[in-house]
This record gives sequence, C-alpha cells and structure tokens, in this order.
Amino acid sequence: MTTPITLVAAGSALPGDAPAPATLRKVDHRGGLPSPSVDALGAKFGTAVKRVDVVWGETTVVVDGGRLQEIVRWLHDDPSQRYEYLSDLTAVEFRDSEQPLEVVWHLRSIAFRRFLRLKVLLPRGTPLEVQSVWPIYKGADWLERECYDMFGIRFAGHPDLRRILMWEQYKEGFPLRKDFPLRGRFSRAEQLRQALAANPEARYSMEELSIADAFEDLPQEMRARLRSGEKTGE
Amino acid sequence: MATIKRTVEVELSTSGMDAQGRPVRTPLAVAADGSTVTVAAPPAMEPELEGEHMLINLGPQHPATHGVLRLVLELDGETVVRCIPHVGYLHCGFEKIGEYRQYNQIVPWTDREDYLNSIGNNVSYILGAERLFGIDCTPRATVLRVIAMELSRIASHLVWLGTTCIDIGAFTPFLWAFQERENIYSLLERWVGARLTTSATRVGGMAADVPAGWTEQLQTFVTLFPKTIDEVERMLTRNGIWVGRTIGLGAMTADEALNYGLSGPMLRASGVDYDVRKDFPYLDYETYDFEVPVGTNGDVYDRYLCRVEELRQSTRILEQALRRLPDGPVNVDDHRVVLPPKSKATSEMESMIHHFKQVMEGPRPPVGECYVATESPKGEKGYYMVSDGTAKPVRWRIRPPSYVNLSAIPKMVEGHLLSDVIAINASIDIVMGEIDR
Repeated sequence: MTTPITLVAAGSALPGDAPAPATLRKVDHRGGLPSPSVDALGAKFGTAVKRVDVVWGETTVVVDGGRLQEIVRWLHDDPSQRYEYLSDLTAVEFRDSEQPLEVVWHLRSIAFRRFLRLKVLLPRGTPLEVQSVWPIYKGADWLERECYDMFGIRFAGHPDLRRILMWEQYKEGFPLRKDFPLRGRFSRAEQLRQALAANPEARYSMEELSIADAFEDLPQEMRARLRSGEKTGE
Repeated sequence: MATIKRTVEVELSTSGMDAQGRPVRTPLAVAADGSTVTVAAPPAMEPELEGEHMLINLGPQHPATHGVLRLVLELDGETVVRCIPHVGYLHCGFEKIGEYRQYNQIVPWTDREDYLNSIGNNVSYILGAERLFGIDCTPRATVLRVIAMELSRIASHLVWLGTTCIDIGAFTPFLWAFQERENIYSLLERWVGARLTTSATRVGGMAADVPAGWTEQLQTFVTLFPKTIDEVERMLTRNGIWVGRTIGLGAMTADEALNYGLSGPMLRASGVDYDVRKDFPYLDYETYDFEVPVGTNGDVYDRYLCRVEELRQSTRILEQALRRLPDGPVNVDDHRVVLPPKSKATSEMESMIHHFKQVMEGPRPPVGECYVATESPKGEKGYYMVSDGTAKPVRWRIRPPSYVNLSAIPKMVEGHLLSDVIAINASIDIVMGEIDR
C-alpha cells in the first residue's frame, strides 16, 4: 500500500501569466492599487459597495450590512473571484465613542493569491447585528461565537451563537468593548463570590444534558434549575 | 502548474489495512488454488441497543487534551456520535491587554499565546507592527528572523511529535524529539537569554544580534538534526501499530478543510497546497529553495508525514539562511522607532529627545490598519492591528490557527472510537494558550 505525500515547489493553481508572489517592500501608506476584485464587486453590487480604502497595500471594502451574505457568497462562488478561505473574522471598536463599530472579514482567494478585507459598519444606536457567513464558511462558527462573546455582536443565521471563551453564566458584559474596564466590571470580591457560588453541575449545557438519559438521571431539583434556563450569559 | 519534485512511497508493513485505512476482514475460506472464497457474513448476533447513548466528559484536566480543553462526547457504545468542545479555561484577555500597551510592550504577550512557537510569534507580530509603522527591517534582521521562525517551527513540531507519540502509546520518539528541542532551546538561550519566553524582536529590528560562535553552533545542529528525523521516521513511519492507530482517522477532504478554515499541516495533509510562505511570502521566503509537503487523505497519518517532511524542509531553509546571513546592523537606522545608543542619548541633544520621546510616549504609527499573516507551525497565524495614531493600538487581534483548526473537531471525530478521539485531537497540534488567549 502506498501513502503518497507530494512535495510541491509552489502553489499549483496560479494562473500562468501571473507574476510570482514576492515579499512586499516599501509599501505605501495610502494610495496603492486596489484589489482587482473591487471593480468586479462594484459592477455587480453597485451601491452596496459603500467605500474602498487601500491602506498599507491592503484593500478594504466597506459594504452594506443588509447584503453582506449575498456579497460574500458571490465572492466565494464566482469563478473569477474564488475567495474560498475565510482567514479571520473580528470586530473593531474605536476609542472615539462616536465612531461606528466595525465588523471585519478577511478573505483569501488561494487560487488567485488575493486578499480582501470586507467591513460592515454598525453605527451607534443601531442594534449590533450582522448576517452570519456560517452558511458559506463553516470555519466562521467559532470566529462568530468569539466575536459575539467579546463584543456582543449578534450574527443572524448562526446555528449556535453562545459564549465561547467566557463561560455561559458570565454576567459582566462583553470584554473587548471600550466601556469595559481592563480589570473587569465587578470587584475582585464579587468575582470570587460568584465563582464560589457557581453550581458545578450547571457546567453542562441543556443541550448536552438532553443527550439520552443523562438529564433524567439528575435530581429533580437540579433539573428544574436547568430548565429555568440557568445558562445564558447575557 | 506545480513542480512535483518527488513522491515518497511508503510501503506499509501492516497487511491488515485497506486503502482507506479500514481493517481488512480476512476471508474465512481459501480455495485449493489459493484464491479466496467469499463467505456470507454471519447473521448479527447482538441485539440492537437503542437509546443507550452515554455522556462522557473528557477534560479539562486530562493529559491528552494538551492543556485545558474539555470535550463532551456522546457515545453509542464506544463510537462517538457527537462531540461538543468547550474552550476558554485559559482565557487571559491578551487582546484587551494589548490595547493598553505600546507596540514594543506587546511583544512579551506574543511569547505566551502559542508558547511552543514563542520566537516565531515575536517575528510574526513584529512584521505586522512594522507594516503599521511603514518600515522594512535590515537585511541581517530579515535572515535572522527566518532563522528564528524555522528554529521555532522545528521546536514546535518536535513537541507535537513527542506528545502525539505519548498520546498514541509510543514513548521512545518522545525522548529523541525532546533532546533535539533542548538543543534548539540552548541556541535560543545563547541568543536572547531566554528559552521559552524569548521576546526577541523589537519594532525595527531585534532585541539582540547573535553572539560570536552562535552560527557555528547552529551549523552543528543543522548537520546533526536530520539524523534524528531519520531515526524517528524509522521508528514510526512503517510501524504497524503507529500506522494502525493513525491511518483513516479524522479525514477531511480538501474542500471540507478549506471550508472549515483549516491551515498549516492540517490543510496541506488534505491536499491543498496553501502555505503562506509560498503564496503570500514575507521575509524573502520566495528566494529560499524549499518545498511544501502535501498529503492526499487528510487523516492523522498524512498530517504526521507532512509535519515530519516540514522538519526536513525547515532544516534546508536554515542551511540556506546560514549561508546567506549578511553582516550589518540588525536595527534600522530610524530613531523614531529604535532607541539610540545610550552613549549618544547622554551626549547628543537630538538623541536624547528621541530617547525621551520613545521611553515616555512610545513610537507612534500613522493612522491605519494591517493584517499580516505568517506560516506558524500550527497554520496561518495572522496579526490584525488597527492604529488611531496614538502609541497604543486600538485593536490588536490574533488570528489563532489552532483555534480555527480545533473548531473542526466535532466533524473529525464523528463516527470514530473514543480512543481515536485522542489521536485526532493530538493531530490538530493545539496549544490552549493560543486558543484561549
């Protein structure tokens, strides 16, 4: 039996006439060439593309949050774009409390060796909600959960949006928001009191306890407590 | 088109596996001429057991979870039906703390997230910070950084190799791997003074140049190290037990792996030849002669083969880097970001002002943002930084490769046995410090 493992000298799917990739040097702060995908996006989606910035050689496209999923799906599926890889998904809150929150997607087209940053602005006073890209990239699952956990941004269409790094009973809010103090919202004494008062049994979520008989095996009192929803962190 | 240099053909000594890695059922009867005769399978003897699913809690305190990972497993007999991972036990808010630190002060935090690859993280982070400042490092620093990244890749893969061997039940390669890792840590100790928490980089250069005689020591390591790889390969690659416990486990197809956002050896074992060093090069990686191993089946065994081959390729890069290491300064000549020499700071007015501004306020990048990705041993490690023109970043985001890789574990362990969960989890090469941050 043979287990093949091949050694590849360079990326295979590069179009024939494209220049070989090279280390970026002396990148301009602003005013570099935008990604070739920008024109295609503008032609396809028109006004849904709100702004295009090129900073340090990277193209940022600010798009309409209402059409985000449609745009990402097109970028993913269209044979001339093929952004098949979601590098990262995160959010930015500025120190200036007037500036909108930004949700940021970093997409890669491995076939064309392109990189694109998509942004949706969430102005102050509007609900912090954007469309989920989970139906397109399964890798967005934990990234969106983390973004929700840290910023409180809800992703509509995510199948299981709950806290991931903080525990489900966490009540102090969303740690990466600028109004969240570095040391946490509660005093050390209060944090300790809550930690000691936590029910160790509640470490299983309802979903886990519903597995087969495990839930039925619990004492009546604990079942009632878990049914009353002793899990959400909001 | 890809240049396929060579194909490593591995003859396996185990006869008990078919091409997909499933155990081959030995036919019950052999005819007189040697051909096998198909015999109908015996009727099922066991009654169907329904609804008897069991809930098993693996971790967070379990040696095979490589830290504090908790997996809640729903089992049907010994088969995993569903896996619900829980992470966050090690969360320390690195990204939050980074918003209160100057750019050089963040470097020590990068040691502590993926602590098996600390000097590699230093370099990745500082590449992002330098992009934000708009400076390019000196030629000597470029090569030194390549050396740092590849040394740390080797060290990280060696820990992966050793701990995975222990998880699967092989003890000897663990000792060999850790002995070589010790050599790397001695090298790092001579260079930057620390073994694990290196903090080796600064905006504009390195904390220290390598000491005299260091390159000779590295040359010795580079010469001797391939022997250890050969020994480990002789021990494992055709070992029946190793193969039996790794082939066919946790397989991901190329499309699935891409869609789940896997990166590094996890993605390449599935047959996608995406390596940041090749596709989006940094630190002049495009000028080094090395190859990227790509697997086909995307299972635990292919991931092992990919990582072992990466050890060899990293050694090749180290050799070339040693040959081309130029003389010259390691820090850029720009005293807005690099401290002037102390003697000048106490004797020249301008240097003193630079010194004061840097120490009291910290270097300030212009308003902007950048996402710089590098190939860490775990995969695509990205740093996304946003500056509003002050000395501290508005947002410092780590793109953790093992976090995204781990998110695919429910998919990978589904339908496998409980004992295989350990092997699959080991093959992801997780570091909880990086996942929880």
